[in-house]
Amino acid sequence: MDNIVSSIQIVPLNHYLILSSIIFTIGVIGVLIRRNAIIIFMSVELMLNAVNLLLTAFSAYSGDAAGQVFVFFIMALAAAEVAVGLAIIVMVYRNTSSVDINILNRLKW
Amino acid sequence: MILFYIVSLLTITFSILVIFTKNPIYSVLYLIATFFTFTVHYILLNAQFLAMVNFIVYMGAIMVLFLFVLMLMNLNKETEPMKSNLIKIIAVIAGGSLLVTLIGSFKQMGAMGVSTVNKPEIGLVENLGKVLFSDFLLPFELSSILLLLAMVGAVLLAKKDKSDNG
Repeated sequence: MDNIVSSIQIVPLNHYLILSSIIFTIGVIGVLIRRNAIIIFMSVELMLNAVNLLLTAFSAYSGDAAGQVFVFFIMALAAAEVAVGLAIIVMVYRNTSSVDINILNRLKW
Repeated sequence: MILFYIVSLLTITFSILVIFTKNPIYSVLYLIATFFTFTVHYILLNAQFLAMVNFIVYMGAIMVLFLFVLMLMNLNKETEPMKSNLIKIIAVIAGGSLLVTLIGSFKQMGAMGVSTVNKPEIGLVENLGKVLFSDFLLPFELSSILLLLAMVGAVLLAKKDKSDNG
């Protein structure tokens, strides 16, 4: 384990910032280009995970355990969000027999 | 150090495949692979507790929920109507400008190269448990109430209402 820790010290924190930004952007693009509600949901999960990784990196680099506790809370929140969101999607599918979000555009008005 | 870049490349590849695959089942499988690479990232950061929680919660619970819903609704066909190419191009351009803005602002922050991992044992279960049950005791208990509410809400939403007044 010591050599893993010493090898990760060489990676600059900038690279974690860039990696998290790229994954967050991929999540945003996924929300914008897909029409399947479940895949939009997965993109939101990707964005949450990018933030989790960045918080963990900050916590590990600054030697403060609070960041990793926040990540733990975000994971609990994500589990709750997925359960409620998938229940809503199941209900939408039962009412419209589709998960296409363009059918739901009546919610706009 | 080279391991970090290999795993990062895998993470980016799998997450791109998640949003560009036509079949939703394959998307879920690529998402599982993405979460596995996140677990490897946590292990590399010596955050072992988070690695195990990520492994169990995301790759276990959440992915089973996704797969369960997909197979229950029989959505594993590739007949999903896609958005038009114009909207796709606009979305990719918008995402690219978001990425450029983020990276530019990080560059403006400057002096981010503080690679002094002074306490490498911080992510172990013992230390995180001490912090979690002393400083963050109230949020921890509140999150249990949140999970209970989410469970009740999910059951209430997903059950078939037999009569109109519930």
